[in-house]
Amino acid sequence: MNVWIEKQKYLIDFTLASLARRKAKNLGLLLVYALIVFLLASVMLFTHALRQAANELLAGAPEVVLQRMVAGRHDLIPPGYLERIGRLRGVQEKQGRLWGYYYDPVVKANYTFMVADDRALAPGTLVVGAGLARTRGVAPGNLISFRAYSGKLFTFSIADILPAKSELVSADLVLLSEADFRAFFDIPPGHFTDITLRVANPLEVRNVAGKLAQQFPDSRPILREEILRTYDSIFSWREGVVLALATLALLAFAILAWEKASGLSADERREIGILKAIGWETGDVLRMKFWEGALLSLSAFLLGYLAAYVHVFHFAASLLAPVLKGWAVLYPRFELSPVIDGLQVTTLFFFTVFPYAAATLVPIWRVAITDPDAVMRG
Amino acid sequence: MPATRPSHLALCLLCCGGALFVASFADAARLRQQRAGAGDEMRALVRQLQLTDLCLFTEARYTRHPSQADLHSPFQDHPLALEHFPSGSLLLPPAILSNHYERLDRKAEVPD
Repeated sequence: MNVWIEKQKYLIDFTLASLARRKAKNLGLLLVYALIVFLLASVMLFTHALRQAANELLAGAPEVVLQRMVAGRHDLIPPGYLERIGRLRGVQEKQGRLWGYYYDPVVKANYTFMVADDRALAPGTLVVGAGLARTRGVAPGNLISFRAYSGKLFTFSIADILPAKSELVSADLVLLSEADFRAFFDIPPGHFTDITLRVANPLEVRNVAGKLAQQFPDSRPILREEILRTYDSIFSWREGVVLALATLALLAFAILAWEKASGLSADERREIGILKAIGWETGDVLRMKFWEGALLSLSAFLLGYLAAYVHVFHFAASLLAPVLKGWAVLYPRFELSPVIDGLQVTTLFFFTVFPYAAATLVPIWRVAITDPDAVMRG
Repeated sequence: MPATRPSHLALCLLCCGGALFVASFADAARLRQQRAGAGDEMRALVRQLQLTDLCLFTEARYTRHPSQADLHSPFQDHPLALEHFPSGSLLLPPAILSNHYERLDRKAEVPD
């Protein structure tokens, strides 16, 4: 056993010396390889953690949201709808929600105005999200003015700022009293943006939605299950930028592997020829080249994965932020709770390490089984 | 045997990398515990305000609340309009568009 280990160590020594002879090329290869793993791992870790966060956080969302549609567009719920829902079996609680969007021309950002019944806000006061407070530069006690769509200017006092830790769900929120909301958006009493229903038994949810759809032909029930599914498919590997990134990375990797697999450089062929001529067996050459591929691909995988982990969970995926931010002025600052999917990491490992190691071995084997003289003469 | 044999150094570095790889899982567990408070706070807020979406993309109403957006929002300019907000390339259309598991949309019956 000791002899075997010693032999492998000598092979590794030789491999490293051989790699060092083409230092620039191999270092470049290692960096590009690690960068590909970093890119793929960053997107993979980030999207998985985000999907998990969405699943955990939105598990508390209402079971059913009932919207009214007019000419294919979301419209206000008219008076009497809440009462008409009556006592549907399984519905624990029903409530009209008041919320809407406001474009703030001062910072060119969109806010979500929302009535917070539980907070009992005094008229003329607001509670704002930490992202909004940062963008507008406001603090509790400050005054803030918004021009309503009617043209009238409304001035509010900031009563409080929502915790910065909750920015992932509240960065752009503006909470205000019902009276202020109705006055600001000119919404008459009795009208609501939509209706939320709490259903205790998960098996009843679809029945409730079916009954609602029958009772209100102009409505669209949205189930929590659908909300969760929307976020489950967000950044899906089949879609958009993620697909573009993954395709590019895989293409780059395929070129890398192809370059290795399609043939060896004249130097490498001569090196193998000399090794065979001085008595190395085909097995030894293969083992040496196996170590070369294994050392390079393992180092690249570890470097890329570790950098991706630190980037996503310690630096809040700052390199991905511009992609996510798009044209939005208001972007939440959030730290994702790290959830690593072992299966995903294993898949990444197999798709990056093994093809490369295999791609390096095949051409070496082809050269190693030919006559040393023929190899050296090219 | 010299202590600085390249193979020793390389194996040592690989072992360190492997140890850091395992440590990343331990660090993830530590961070999860550390950030659990923020998660509880957000869950409470979601329940209290009956929120339905994450505040990830604030650039357009259908990207701010993708689950609540009306079905035609992304194509509101004209039916063949390309999605023009960058987040549109990260988001799928609302799930309800692609997955019907319940006849909630009252498809018209074929007349006899």
